[in-house]
Amino acid sequence: MRRRLGIDVGGTNTDAVLLEDDAVAAAVKTPTTPDVTTGVTRALAALVEQAPTAREAQAVMIGTTHFTNAVVQRRDLGRVAGIRIGLPSGASLPPFVDWPKDLADLVRAEVVMLEGGHEFDGRPLVPFDTRGMRTAARRVRELGIRSVAVAAVFSPLNASCEEEAAAILHEECPDVAVTLSHRLGRIGLLERENAALLNACLIELARTTTRAFTEALRGSGIAAPLYLTQNDGTVMLAEVAGAYPVYSFASGPTNSMRGAAFLSKRDEALVIDVGGTTTDIGSLRQGFPREANSVVEIGGVRTLFRMPDLLSLGLGGGTIVRREPLAIGPASVGYRLTEQALVFGGDVLTVTDVAVAAGLIDLGDRARVASLPAALVKNSLARIRAMIEEGVDRMKTEAGDAPLIAVGGGSFLVPPGLAGVSEVLNVPHQAVANAVGAAIAQVSGEVDQIFQDLPRDEAIARARAAAEDKAVAAGADPATINVVEVEDLPLAYLPGNSLRTRVRVVGDIAG
Amino acid sequence: MRPVTVEEIESLAIGAWILGTGGGGSPYLALLNMRELYDKGVVCRLMDASELADDDLVAVCSNMGAPLVGQERLTDPKTMALAITMMEEYLGRKFRAVMSLEIGGGNSIQPFMGAAMLDLPVVDGDCMGRAFPEAQMTSFAIHDLQMYPLTLADVRDNAVVVARAASWKWMERISRKACVEVGSIASTCKAPRTGKEIKECAILGSTTKAIGIGQAVQAARRAHRDPIEAVLEVEAGIKIFSGKIHDIARRTTEGFLRGTATIEGLDAFRGHVFKLAFQNEFAVGWLDGEPRVMTPDLICVLDTVAGDAIGTETLRYGQRVTVIALPAPPILLTPKGIEHVGPRAFGYDLDFRSVFA
Repeated sequence: MRRRLGIDVGGTNTDAVLLEDDAVAAAVKTPTTPDVTTGVTRALAALVEQAPTAREAQAVMIGTTHFTNAVVQRRDLGRVAGIRIGLPSGASLPPFVDWPKDLADLVRAEVVMLEGGHEFDGRPLVPFDTRGMRTAARRVRELGIRSVAVAAVFSPLNASCEEEAAAILHEECPDVAVTLSHRLGRIGLLERENAALLNACLIELARTTTRAFTEALRGSGIAAPLYLTQNDGTVMLAEVAGAYPVYSFASGPTNSMRGAAFLSKRDEALVIDVGGTTTDIGSLRQGFPREANSVVEIGGVRTLFRMPDLLSLGLGGGTIVRREPLAIGPASVGYRLTEQALVFGGDVLTVTDVAVAAGLIDLGDRARVASLPAALVKNSLARIRAMIEEGVDRMKTEAGDAPLIAVGGGSFLVPPGLAGVSEVLNVPHQAVANAVGAAIAQVSGEVDQIFQDLPRDEAIARARAAAEDKAVAAGADPATINVVEVEDLPLAYLPGNSLRTRVRVVGDIAG
Repeated sequence: MRPVTVEEIESLAIGAWILGTGGGGSPYLALLNMRELYDKGVVCRLMDASELADDDLVAVCSNMGAPLVGQERLTDPKTMALAITMMEEYLGRKFRAVMSLEIGGGNSIQPFMGAAMLDLPVVDGDCMGRAFPEAQMTSFAIHDLQMYPLTLADVRDNAVVVARAASWKWMERISRKACVEVGSIASTCKAPRTGKEIKECAILGSTTKAIGIGQAVQAARRAHRDPIEAVLEVEAGIKIFSGKIHDIARRTTEGFLRGTATIEGLDAFRGHVFKLAFQNEFAVGWLDGEPRVMTPDLICVLDTVAGDAIGTETLRYGQRVTVIALPAPPILLTPKGIEHVGPRAFGYDLDFRSVFA
């Protein structure tokens, strides 16, 4: 039997599930702890108590927002050296340009710019200044810097300068962690370099955290390999993920959507995840969230991460309802719901109270909302329905009605018979969809490259082959690999027939 | 002549991206350069064309090349300045000021980068009033001004002077070839203009106009008002359509990004379909199959919520957008102007009809 453990470490709750083949065999929800690992240990203990077979799981997948929070809250970040290879171009915009000042001051230990890099067609821009690189590496050692980010011009097309820089760093300062930008990103030097710099400043925290996760796992008597889930709903082995913390920045919402797809057995649908404070609406394509194409800012830094395209509404179980005039949110009592909501003995009228009064869910003391005016309950629910219908309509990419999968602790707020929705799918275990999404994660490979003078089909075929190689290298079973995304963009002004081609493939974890 | 604040350059970047009508490239990197220069104490000056003497010489600047290459080989003020000084050396004369080739997109800020390095003022104006894909689509070409010489500078020690060209088309072909050879990105100084030519043939005041549009967007955002309404107010524009990108088809032919975008209506436009054709910039828009808006009227596609402009390269399935039209500079609306930049210049067999007529 195939057994997988999925764990989602969120800001409020740590959820864990055991999947046996394609069935949820056990599920728990425990509070997240400040040190994260205690919460994981507790969740695992509760899960094992519910289903002792959890110890026999063949793989454990953890999704966490820990690294995003570290950047946003400016804590536990390491100091790094940024090495840019691309002079004489780009001299006026050095690494860390356009970072928030407080974050740059915290992270920037040294900046070096060297000659080198490539043209869009793979020709060298100028020869790589390897002597300068060696001097820089020695300086990194003298300054005692422990993490370095390297970004070269057009490295996604030709990574040789970055690879050579890594070799020199390895010779001169073998203990230093090196992040190469081409492993992280697409075309767009500043955004890719930013990703490398963010990664470099998180690498120590990532190593400590993944080590702690592993210890929590072993301490719970589970011997299976540990994977961390990434922004795109796939996973990396914890040892690898420890080197690429930036890949897990958006894993929370992604896991909910992937879990929704799995629990409902739908690959093409809209997903609504209703939490305590906000509701996220996204769109599933082939079982994966549709990604946003725009620039994504993390803690004020521009990046080009693969993030799901989400619409967030200020609507959740804790959202405050005002009576006259009637208004739903956006303020929320958040995690204080169980103290402040009427049904829990508090004095704040929340959306949860309205739902209890309407009989949508049985929570707390029902008698405490019995006196709510029927018109207030009815009008509030109508307002909530309108908010959801508006949001669903904005996220739809095709005309016609689409199915809507409801997940999250507040999914009881999603009414049936919504305009523009063919059916609302309520699924078992919808409150722990994010942990389910972690448990079912796959392995991916992606290529984003410019091809010249090739027929479109040939360019896509080459990109696909390269993406498959990457997926296999990351642990995918070659027999299970599927293409999930193909995008091609002809480039104006470039000679010949230049086509920017992006292909992403996913496959099941081998073994 | 007056000093320009860095806040005005921020506004210029927003306004110019809207005036780019889908093309011209994002002004983001040029803006970053200006922030760095202002941090070092630079203050650029903006001058009215009326302050130019008839025999003053003005440098017309632009960054030439593929926007995608520009995302890796980042634009820098030294190379821009180099193209200008090369031209001075070639002519044996000094420039009085610099001016933008096109106010739409990143080239709105390029002259400020050159001006900052050379301590020259920037003339308030350009020769497109928006962005256009081809060299003959300028007010100078419409006025039959001379198209040469041109200087082109590369970040390495490569420099090209196009001494003569038989026509605007030849100038485009020869300079494009040189640009591709140095990596499809280069700084260029176009044919120099006299003060008299600027006063008579340039599109004047377009820098101030772009700054004003940007300021309107910023003010609306601060006040939590609709930024698109704000643009329509300051520019006397017309809201054409609002909806969701339903389909997008692109292809590269003859070195241009061509294609169509189909938008399905939302809100007041529900049940209607809008189709937009582009050649680097948006050229023609059809409402339910009928031509609704066409070049040279400015067709701008903005993010419905944020009000940011969206380029033809970044249009994407599912985006929620609003299409607006802004009035074109009068020179582009003359019979000669329509010949150069009307729908037929882009291959559409349509008689030009302005939405503002």
